[in-house]
Amino acid sequence: MAKLPYVAAIDAGIHQEMQRDESVLYFGQNMATTENHDFLSKYGADRVRVTPISETAEIGMAIGAAMAGMRPVVELYLSEFMLVAMDQVINEAPRFRYMSGGQVKVPLVLRAGYGFACGWAGQHTGSLTSLYMGVPGLKVVAPTTPADAKGLMASAIRDDNPVVYMLHYHLLLEEGEVPDGEYLVPFGEAAIRREGSDVTIVATGWMVNKALNAAATLAEQGISAEVIDPRTVAPLDLDTILASVAKTGRMVVVDQAPRHQTVGGLIAADVVEHGFESLRKPILQVNARDTTVPYSEPLETWVIPDEQRIIDAVRKVTG
Amino acid sequence: MNDLAPETSELLPHYAELWRIRWFESHVQRLAARGEIAGFPHLSTGQEAVAVGVCAQLQQSDTVYTSHRGHGHVLAKGADLEATFAEILGKQSGLCQGRGGSMHLVDAEQGVLGATGVVGGNLPLAAGSAWAAQALGRDDISVVFFGDGATGAGVFHETLNLAALWSLPVLFVCENNGVAEFTSREEHSNVNFVSAFAEPYAIANQTIDGNFLPTVLAGARAAVAEVRGGNGPYLLECMTYRLAGHYVGDSQQYRSKEALAEMREKCPIERLGRHLVEQGVQQQRLDRLRDEQQSAVEAAVERARKAAPTDPASVMDYVYRSPDFYAIEG
Repeated sequence: MAKLPYVAAIDAGIHQEMQRDESVLYFGQNMATTENHDFLSKYGADRVRVTPISETAEIGMAIGAAMAGMRPVVELYLSEFMLVAMDQVINEAPRFRYMSGGQVKVPLVLRAGYGFACGWAGQHTGSLTSLYMGVPGLKVVAPTTPADAKGLMASAIRDDNPVVYMLHYHLLLEEGEVPDGEYLVPFGEAAIRREGSDVTIVATGWMVNKALNAAATLAEQGISAEVIDPRTVAPLDLDTILASVAKTGRMVVVDQAPRHQTVGGLIAADVVEHGFESLRKPILQVNARDTTVPYSEPLETWVIPDEQRIIDAVRKVTG
Repeated sequence: MNDLAPETSELLPHYAELWRIRWFESHVQRLAARGEIAGFPHLSTGQEAVAVGVCAQLQQSDTVYTSHRGHGHVLAKGADLEATFAEILGKQSGLCQGRGGSMHLVDAEQGVLGATGVVGGNLPLAAGSAWAAQALGRDDISVVFFGDGATGAGVFHETLNLAALWSLPVLFVCENNGVAEFTSREEHSNVNFVSAFAEPYAIANQTIDGNFLPTVLAGARAAVAEVRGGNGPYLLECMTYRLAGHYVGDSQQYRSKEALAEMREKCPIERLGRHLVEQGVQQQRLDRLRDEQQSAVEAAVERARKAAPTDPASVMDYVYRSPDFYAIEG
């Protein structure tokens, strides 16, 4: 075990796989800068390359390289930059294995940051995770701890399907214990970050931290909240969530995205369908307000969910 | 026939192959019109010489990417007639087990890795496979067939830039048929020849008559030699004509009867036939090649039609699923 920041743990996951498997490629914009020098010097220019600002070609080339036997990881910086390449992300990468009747596979990882709400304004702050969640053939992971950042990256690289790896910008410098040596975190296994008995809070990304802070405050008020971090949203570990709701009878979903673009809303729909009998109160959603994220700090703070809004929602369903 | 020049004899199998594609697509058209084929298949009728001429210069392990108009490329790269037709009919015995259809034909064994229905979407994929070959030190090249319409997409230019920058072994084959979907090239661009786009990136290029097979064979031979020789990408522009509409059922009101008649004069099969007769091949021999292909295609089509349909129980094959999640359903 070593204490590592989340961002270093992501790189540790990539190093782990690049060392054991020569078919792993790593490329993207700014790969020649000092922060990535380690990759270039260790694995060489055949496997590590810098690209121009050409997201469509970058992701398309990753698909073609994957179909020809490689395992590319594309560094995209911001998940919004994937929007310029949506044909490749949604209509090419996840389709070929299926459309070809399993003749080809497309193992690739799209490494993309999201949710950077600290004055980055309208086009760099989005939480677009749910956009990818509904595409058959795409896997979507959203690590929240340094250990998961490493283990989920390694699993993503070994997966035979295209994986969108959503790293949260507000977690980059958060430190945590990361297992040394080969470490993998399986997909489709949620983590119970805090056990509780009165209410189930399901949150992703940075919102897990906010939910844990809210749960600590609620405990002082005599309310016991269970906090679940799905870790991978596609595949989704619905069993763990349903088991929790069966215990607590109440659920609050917390998501940094605006109301109709949330992972939480989709999870809530599944829980209503498969766990309705367990629910003693309606599920409440805590989301970003339905607007583009504003630049000005007081406005931005009002738009992004905070601990108080989570506490208010929990008190409402437990009251 | 022993007095034929070797270069003439070599053309005969290619003549047969042109007919093979022509007959194949004539059945696609016939059965689509009868409602036996779903969707809107896109025919390459009139463009067969590009597929045959380019694929003749490739080795099996070379990767090929094609588009919504890809029947000819897939067959020319070696795909089985019956399995290809069965795929277009949506049968379990199809190349892709009925999951891709006319627009998404894949035959990985023959190197046909992908066919995309989104114009221009296949270009970076070919460059990616070329990178894989380069990184692995293989002598395979990657070939992508696309129409002039694809040059309107930004990804065309992104891909040319990267392919040149990284000196990738990729051959861009543009079938410039002068019409993108339903609109003529003049209404899309001031750039008349697609090869002009290769110039600023210093990509080797040539514009050739894509309807005369000996010319395509020679152009492709030179292009493939350049790419396989490690000299980076190459753009081969083949001027051709789409005798069919954009898809089966397109009434082609954007084309005059005169223009269509003029195009038919330039049909690659008729032109090669006339050339072969001039070189001393007897017309009867050509007719026999044509008829042999007609029978072979017809037999394959009939076998494909009789093949078993797909089974809905297999619908989740080849897409990942989370067992826990789906176990809850139903």
